[in-house]
Amino acid sequence: MCTTCGCSHGETKLEGQNLEREAVAAPRFVPVTGRVAGLGALHYGHGPAGAHAPGLSQARMVKIEQDILFKNDAYAERNRSLFRRRGIFTLNLVSSPGSGKTTLLVRSIEELRGRVPVAVIEGDQQTSNDAERIRATGAPALQINTGKGCHLDAHMVGAALTKLELADDGVLFIENVGNLVCPAAFDLGEAHKVAILSVTEGEDKPLKYPDMFRAADLMLLNKCDLLPYLRFDVELALENARRVNRGLRVIRLSAETGEGFGEWLAWIEAGAAAARRASQEEGAERILGFR
Amino acid sequence: MHEMSLAEGILQIIEDAARSQEFVRVKTVWLEIGRLSSVEPEALRFCFDAVVRGSCAEGARLDIMPLPGAGWCMDCGQSVELTALYDPCPKCDGYKVQTTGGTEMRVKELEVE
Repeated sequence: MCTTCGCSHGETKLEGQNLEREAVAAPRFVPVTGRVAGLGALHYGHGPAGAHAPGLSQARMVKIEQDILFKNDAYAERNRSLFRRRGIFTLNLVSSPGSGKTTLLVRSIEELRGRVPVAVIEGDQQTSNDAERIRATGAPALQINTGKGCHLDAHMVGAALTKLELADDGVLFIENVGNLVCPAAFDLGEAHKVAILSVTEGEDKPLKYPDMFRAADLMLLNKCDLLPYLRFDVELALENARRVNRGLRVIRLSAETGEGFGEWLAWIEAGAAAARRASQEEGAERILGFR
Repeated sequence: MHEMSLAEGILQIIEDAARSQEFVRVKTVWLEIGRLSSVEPEALRFCFDAVVRGSCAEGARLDIMPLPGAGWCMDCGQSVELTALYDPCPKCDGYKVQTTGGTEMRVKELEVE
């Protein structure tokens, strides 16, 4: 189990069904020296070194030079190429629990209705409450339960993509597990990570959990309608966020009142239009034989 | 963070290599872990020992080579050493520093038999 957050595999569920992971079996142990090669013969040449020297082991060095997260990154690349081919603009929403991700999503879906098709992948440790809230808006949604896991990984998302009713040229929101630590490191194949910070949290959250605010391209400052009742210094929060990520774009909004949604929705639509254009160009290149 | 997932990633790399390079036991694993990678080496050792139990890497020694953190300060116009990801430039105290090294998490080499 993860020492930080209790994460481990084996309990991941897609809509209540167990998610199969490709089993990686440990190689069977075979003694390397003194194997019987034929009747009455001992063969010392089958070891890794291919030879035997008395008193020396056949230990050898194997160059690996591989990134530890290579498997996740390979799955993420597979997801990304599917999104590119089909013109889908994918956003990975990350935040601490309670920042208002699901309320924000519900309002975004309602306001985008008729403008662009939307689908949602929901990640939570347990329950399908969030997916049900999304489905109530009429948008297709699929729930991933990570069990003891603390983040979504690219393999889970790839499996969800095969089950989700996903329209070409649309927007896919992936609502990650509420956790400001682990999801930062796992690429899901998204176009952007979007971090949500609500004004009921501390201004120093970007400094306390810098990895996440550094991995994000956009930060939504949510619950801004509550500012008159709080001692939350917006400028300080933005300064802290930009200290860890100089290029971070920020939109102030409220999922409750809808303030700031114009800018947020315009940003989504611009991204969706760019994804659509890129997929058309790729399709044209494929027809012309460049790919 | 999530050192368990990282330990599982290391084991997958080892087992893939065991199949392709036909070795049966791993004695030492060399990792390169950047100082800015947010990996906690002690937590990683703990998880690694747990994950490799029953595999060809059971009992293997984990050798973690730390790599220094480096960044490019735009105001000073030069490379500077960083000890934490979001530290200011040690020369001018400014925050216009782009990380250029120290976020690596790699399996470098294995000693096998």
